[in-house]
Amino acid sequence: MGHEKLSDSFLELIRRASTMLPPDVEKAMSRAVELEGEGASAASSLALMLENARQASEGSTPICQDTGVLLFFVEYGPDYRQKEIEDAARAATIAATEKYYLRPNAVDSVTGKNSGNNLGEMFPYFHLDQRDEPGLRVRLMLKGGGSENVGAQYKLPDGQLKAGRDLEGVRRCVIDAVFNAQGKGCAPGVIGVGIGGDRGTSYLGSKEQLLRDLGDTNPDGTLAELETQLFAELNQLGIGPSGFGGKTTVLGVKIGKMHRLPACFFVSISYVCWAYRKAAMTVEGGEVTYD
Amino acid sequence: MIKIQLPVSPDEIRKLKAGDEVVITGVMITGRDTAHKHLVETDGEDVRDLLKDSMIYHCGPVVKKEGDKYSFVAAGPTTSIREEPYEADVIEKYGVRGVIGKGGMGSATLAACGKFGSVYLSAVGGLATILAHSVVEVVDVHKLDEWGAPEAMWVIRVKDFPAVVTMDAHGNSIHDDIAALSKANYDRLIAGE
Repeated sequence: MGHEKLSDSFLELIRRASTMLPPDVEKAMSRAVELEGEGASAASSLALMLENARQASEGSTPICQDTGVLLFFVEYGPDYRQKEIEDAARAATIAATEKYYLRPNAVDSVTGKNSGNNLGEMFPYFHLDQRDEPGLRVRLMLKGGGSENVGAQYKLPDGQLKAGRDLEGVRRCVIDAVFNAQGKGCAPGVIGVGIGGDRGTSYLGSKEQLLRDLGDTNPDGTLAELETQLFAELNQLGIGPSGFGGKTTVLGVKIGKMHRLPACFFVSISYVCWAYRKAAMTVEGGEVTYD
Repeated sequence: MIKIQLPVSPDEIRKLKAGDEVVITGVMITGRDTAHKHLVETDGEDVRDLLKDSMIYHCGPVVKKEGDKYSFVAAGPTTSIREEPYEADVIEKYGVRGVIGKGGMGSATLAACGKFGSVYLSAVGGLATILAHSVVEVVDVHKLDEWGAPEAMWVIRVKDFPAVVTMDAHGNSIHDDIAALSKANYDRLIAGE
């Protein structure tokens, strides 16, 4: 696939991510409307969110004005080079900003200057894995700042939480993080958890968990059980949609693990708002499909 | 549903109670992190008159430019608590009657609402398209080149902008209520009961 065509495919991927609520999220939200029950203010908030997503999709405008940081998770075969993928994605990022699919979000941390086109140092972010099979698989997340601010990293043991280096300790960290987030991250959120790693990989792992389908089951039985338990428990906090109270505080909990150093035990929690912007594309033999 | 027309008097604002659903019509200004620091550190000459008896909207919009005309494409609220170190001063100094955002604010802002006759209103986070539709005109913009589109102070005319009063001028905060309620649930869950 030529550079221009690949860049166009990335542009369409960004447009979809910014303007279309993924089907698994929409399904979880619709289920939440029923759970909250007709007449409840939580149900009407959720219904408004779904209506907003419908209008955004119809007009191809961003679901949320904070179109976040672009995180590209790429698997590429021997027929692609890393540089051409990144170049195409960067060109598409500029075009998507010009088309108002993205808000200019890249701000120089020292001068305060907004680059105006969403390009900057480590912006967008690429996570690339080479694979043996030809073709390309790209998963994109637009991670908003409000939800990013309520993420948290814990170092176990934690005396205050009485959280030790075990799954009970992990459970306490997740409950603590979601409680502290209250309505600030645009509840109901989806919670990605990374256990282990170093500080950097632990957070990255938590973000990668967010790319899973909301309806899937963790292949690790122990973690699957913890996900189910935490999903039920977090929804007992009573924070609710927008933090105005209700039975729906989270739409899902996804947990991954990494090997850790003997001296370290990190639990990293990434929160993504209900306006969960993610999209994926597969390129095979010059054909592009989006899911 | 209560209708608020801007500019609005402190007496009108004091009639509002936490939980009231309102729609707002009139001219207001967007302002977030850079704007709040600016408003506290300077005399805010460019927007001083506009802020008096009006409202400040915590929002960093996606804005479309066609010719010389700007319009809002996506304009939901941003997290308000980041402005907590500044907001009470901004309310006092400029006579702001309402602060619109998401997630709620702290005790200093709540106290300022009571003392000076102001309220905090929540817009539903993420309602970017719906809320952009209630911005009927971009009247002016300040500091666009310097600060960029998200941080700039956009002077906007809104019509029937929907929000809920979540902190009133009588010391009530729905955010404090939910925090207390969820704290009790949190304690129970942490203890594994």
